[in-house]
Amino acid sequence: MPRPQQGGTPAKNPVKAMKSVLSLVFGERKRAFAFIVLCIIIVSFSTVYYSNFLGVFIDDYVTAIIGVEDPDFSPIVRALMQFAAIVSISVIFSYVLQRLMVKISQDTLYDVRVRMFRKLESLPIAYFDRNPHGTIMSRFSNDTDTLNQLISNSLVQMLQAAITLVMLIAAMLVNSLVLSAVVAAFVLITVKATGSISKRSSRQFSKQQATLAAVNGYIEEMMNGQRVIKVFCHEEKSKEDFEKLNMALFDSMSKANMLANVMGPVTMNLGNLQYVALVIIGAVYVMLTGGGVAGYTIGALAAFLQLSRSFSNNVNQMSQQMNTVLLALAGAERIFELLDEKSETDDGYVTLVNVREGADGTLEETSEHTKHWAWKHPHHDGSPVTYTPLRGDIVMIDVDFGYTEGKTVLHDISLYAKPGQKIAFVGSTGAGKTTITNLLNRFYDIQDGKIRFDGININKIKKDDLRHSLGMILQDTNLFTGTIRENIRFGRLDATDEEVENAAKLANAHDFIMMMPDGYDTVITNNGESLSQGQRQLLSIARAAVADPPVLVMDEATSSIDTHTEALVQDGMDKLMENRTVFVIAHRLSTVRNSNAIMVLDHGRIIERGDHEQLLAQKGVYYRLYTGAVELD
Amino acid sequence: MLKILLSRVREYKKYAFITPLFMIGEVAMEVLIPTMMGLIIDVGVANSDMDYVIRMSILLVIAAMLSLSFGVLGAWSASKASSGFATNIRRDEYARIMGFSFADVDKFSTPSLITRMTTDVQNVQMSFQMMIRIFVRAPIMFVFAIIMVYHNGGSLSAVFAVAIPVVIVAIAFIFGRSHGYFSSAFKGYDIFNRVVQENLNGIRTVKAYVREDEQLGKFEESAEVIRDNFKKGQTMMALLNPVMMSITFACMIAISYIGAKLINIGHMETGELLSIYTYTGQILSSLVMVGMVIVMFSISWASMIRIAEVLSTEPSMSLNEDGIKDVKDGSVVFENVSFGYGKDKKVLSDINLEIKSGEMIGVIGMTGSGKTSLVSLIARLYDVQSGSVKVGGMDVRDYDLEALRNQVSVVLQKNTLFSGTVEENLKWGNADATDAEIRWACDCASVTPFISAMKDGFQSHVDQGGTNFSGGQRQRLCIARALLKKPKILIMDDSTSAVDTATDSSIRRALREDVRDLTKIIISQRLSSVMDADKIVMMNGGRIEDVGTHSELLSRNAEYRSLYETQTRGGGLDA
Repeated sequence: MPRPQQGGTPAKNPVKAMKSVLSLVFGERKRAFAFIVLCIIIVSFSTVYYSNFLGVFIDDYVTAIIGVEDPDFSPIVRALMQFAAIVSISVIFSYVLQRLMVKISQDTLYDVRVRMFRKLESLPIAYFDRNPHGTIMSRFSNDTDTLNQLISNSLVQMLQAAITLVMLIAAMLVNSLVLSAVVAAFVLITVKATGSISKRSSRQFSKQQATLAAVNGYIEEMMNGQRVIKVFCHEEKSKEDFEKLNMALFDSMSKANMLANVMGPVTMNLGNLQYVALVIIGAVYVMLTGGGVAGYTIGALAAFLQLSRSFSNNVNQMSQQMNTVLLALAGAERIFELLDEKSETDDGYVTLVNVREGADGTLEETSEHTKHWAWKHPHHDGSPVTYTPLRGDIVMIDVDFGYTEGKTVLHDISLYAKPGQKIAFVGSTGAGKTTITNLLNRFYDIQDGKIRFDGININKIKKDDLRHSLGMILQDTNLFTGTIRENIRFGRLDATDEEVENAAKLANAHDFIMMMPDGYDTVITNNGESLSQGQRQLLSIARAAVADPPVLVMDEATSSIDTHTEALVQDGMDKLMENRTVFVIAHRLSTVRNSNAIMVLDHGRIIERGDHEQLLAQKGVYYRLYTGAVELD
Repeated sequence: MLKILLSRVREYKKYAFITPLFMIGEVAMEVLIPTMMGLIIDVGVANSDMDYVIRMSILLVIAAMLSLSFGVLGAWSASKASSGFATNIRRDEYARIMGFSFADVDKFSTPSLITRMTTDVQNVQMSFQMMIRIFVRAPIMFVFAIIMVYHNGGSLSAVFAVAIPVVIVAIAFIFGRSHGYFSSAFKGYDIFNRVVQENLNGIRTVKAYVREDEQLGKFEESAEVIRDNFKKGQTMMALLNPVMMSITFACMIAISYIGAKLINIGHMETGELLSIYTYTGQILSSLVMVGMVIVMFSISWASMIRIAEVLSTEPSMSLNEDGIKDVKDGSVVFENVSFGYGKDKKVLSDINLEIKSGEMIGVIGMTGSGKTSLVSLIARLYDVQSGSVKVGGMDVRDYDLEALRNQVSVVLQKNTLFSGTVEENLKWGNADATDAEIRWACDCASVTPFISAMKDGFQSHVDQGGTNFSGGQRQRLCIARALLKKPKILIMDDSTSAVDTATDSSIRRALREDVRDLTKIIISQRLSSVMDADKIVMMNGGRIEDVGTHSELLSRNAEYRSLYETQTRGGGLDA
């Protein structure tokens, strides 16, 4: 299937990338690879045979009967039957080859995609913070697309062309050394010519890609801001600006296309010139050697001409593929880069298990869902496994942290939260509020200090179990395409329908869900575009409620929602926070006021701490925030 | 529909028309060359006539040169024509979309408009280029080659009478069947991309709830759809080559046999037979090419329809350039207004409201109560369904739209800054604004404090969407931008929600004192933002529930009272 040609940078190390691609495709399929090579050899052989056959046929069989009255056609029929038999084999093998390659290439691509995604899911949050989503996305779209092209088309074609070339060269050499030299000369010219064209063309293509990106970027920005354009009657100005970009694109695009289109005619006519050269030299040669049986025959010349045409076709094919292959290898390099990224490590050995409390107060592990959880803590020194009940006691001691080495953004953070207590963080953007919450669930690992969960260093706890015990409500709610029920159940997969609905009721989401056309089975798409900001928040609360973790980390939303929904959200949050340890990045005054302790952060340090009344009495930063003298965001 | 699109070729028509001519030239040479090659062998070499060989060779070189020139010229004109075509479509679409009313934009949706201007245009350009190059080239090649076979071989051409229908049936079958699989695969791509995108956007949620395995499951499912459909489609396509090879070889064998007979009786030369082999390849491959172009064309068909839809949509609101240019004052009157975005769903009904020039009006109400719709009608962003909205004593529909919008400045709820500098963004309000005017607007909107703290001041860079400014800063910049228009009416649709209360009230104070004759209409969730307004309009379910001053409403409206109580009790640190 033809696709638009894509520009981009060629591979940095094409040979290495090619090796990796080959091992990706054939690494586990050595026998299939051998079979494929066999198929290609058979197909290529038949191509050479077929190029040769016509000359031999005319020379040996047709010429023999010229002018003969009532000739014997049986040798001709026999020759043609032999031809039919051989090309049949070639047809069959070529079909088998293609079927096999379809299977192998699609299976490989599937494997690559799944491997990429599995890798993606294992990467630390830092990776996603560091790399723009658009870039990661294009690994999955553009780069796998070009890899698809490479594996399902170019690979076999290149291999086939290479093997055919070897045979053609052999056949030509046997036929005539002199004429072979002529062909060699033309190969040099062709490679030079196509090389210089494709060099220019790839330069033009990257220029075209850049102007195209500029045009598309402008379109995107203006379409998104169209209402503003209209309100400010800015239509004419924006049309003028667009015209400039559009014309620049026209310029680069017509040049790039021109070069791509020119490739075909140039190589083809070089082939024609080669033919002329061969004919003249060949004719002289035939006449000099006197033709006939002893010398160089017309038939041999005709055969050579056929061989040389196949030869230049194959050379052209290879040189035209070259550009695509290099671009695809660049994509492959980026894919391998992703696959080589370092996954999130997890040395945790303390796990979360269901327990039953014995009569004597000891905890006993069980596979039943007792709703009682404990940390199972094996010890290195061989002392017996201990069970610590899951309560939600968090302590941070002298924690230092920086996203990049040498740039500490949190300094000496010490705090504690007893089970059921609420800790609020306030401070301006960049003060480090979000960073602290990122450390609790180990999205990032601290550089110095200690964090303990129920007295256990969180580095010893298995990450998945740690995260199961911490609920997160982020500032922006992320919903996934699927039903509302599925989105709430995201919190705990084995939750019954009843539990899902109870969670929704607790979050005050039940009423609006029941107003939707299909209730809990209403499908939401595009991150819940049909829902209001407030409704999305309610769903996020329900999701956390169904997970029912002992510790909650919340980043309150700042977006304005109407007073009615706001009250629902507030109430839902309050219910959710009951009996849980809560860390909240607070924007609502009521949340702050109800906290057991407020941490005022500035430049990564806790500068004030205490409860609402204490902090007001201090008349410090908190006081100024509270009276509206400073802006938070 | 094709007419709508093709009329966009415009000044590039000459390129579009000469391209096929160059193609004809190129094909003619391509077809002639094998015959000449045949003659060289048959006449020249066979008779050891070196003169003939040289003469024909020179002709052959000339033919090759002509073929090359035609090829290059064709490449040049085809790329001019197709790039120009795309450029024109883009320009026309852009101009058309700029003329769209808010209602038209709603109808298409922004993401869809973006696709129609980007991917769709690229698809159409590709298939247009294919059309003028290959779709012309292949049939001509076919016809020429058939003529040459007939000329050289006479009765041999009967072979093709059998072969061609077989090829057509085979191609139609293979392309037809695989096309279905491929379009399913492309639909699978949409789901695939969605899964990855959602996973990227929600990666924190995924990790926080340890849902990596479920995401992987969803991903595998979507990747399987792509794999399975591609396998089926490509397996079908894998038939193409062997089928074409079989037919080609069958033709060769038939031609060889018949050719041998013809040569035997002296009706044909060996060189002629050799050239017919070449024509056989040309005839059959031109059929395959036509098939490919048809597939390409059918893929881009959907894109063509989408583009034609944009180009043929008449803006639902005319600019009314002959309308009244002068807005007398900032008074606004709603008379029995009702309005809805679709026909059957009323968003506003029975609205009657009088706003005097220079007043400050607050509008409050729940989400969906119709606040934004109400104010949209003043700047005629939408048209009423019945009743009338009057600005400065005249119906808004009687004004020149640009004149009206220059006097009614709206700070939209979903506001946007554009990439560029702060100053460029502000000058959207008034391109000729003087430094003093800019300073005044920035003082009014409390922009000055944070801009003057920035290293580059008004020359500071703004990222796309203004993401390098905080929500509150963006809102203040948008207010300043709207003020620079020097309008008679300023509408602020929840425009200070992210601004702290102190700044919010200082902006209102500035508006009240510095621009007394400006009518100010403020929508807000925050009562404190509207409490000091001359009138407060309470909206509920698309109707005006009550209008009055803060103290009037407080004493007579229970709903208002309870709102007031919850808000002064709750309040917020920053919201």
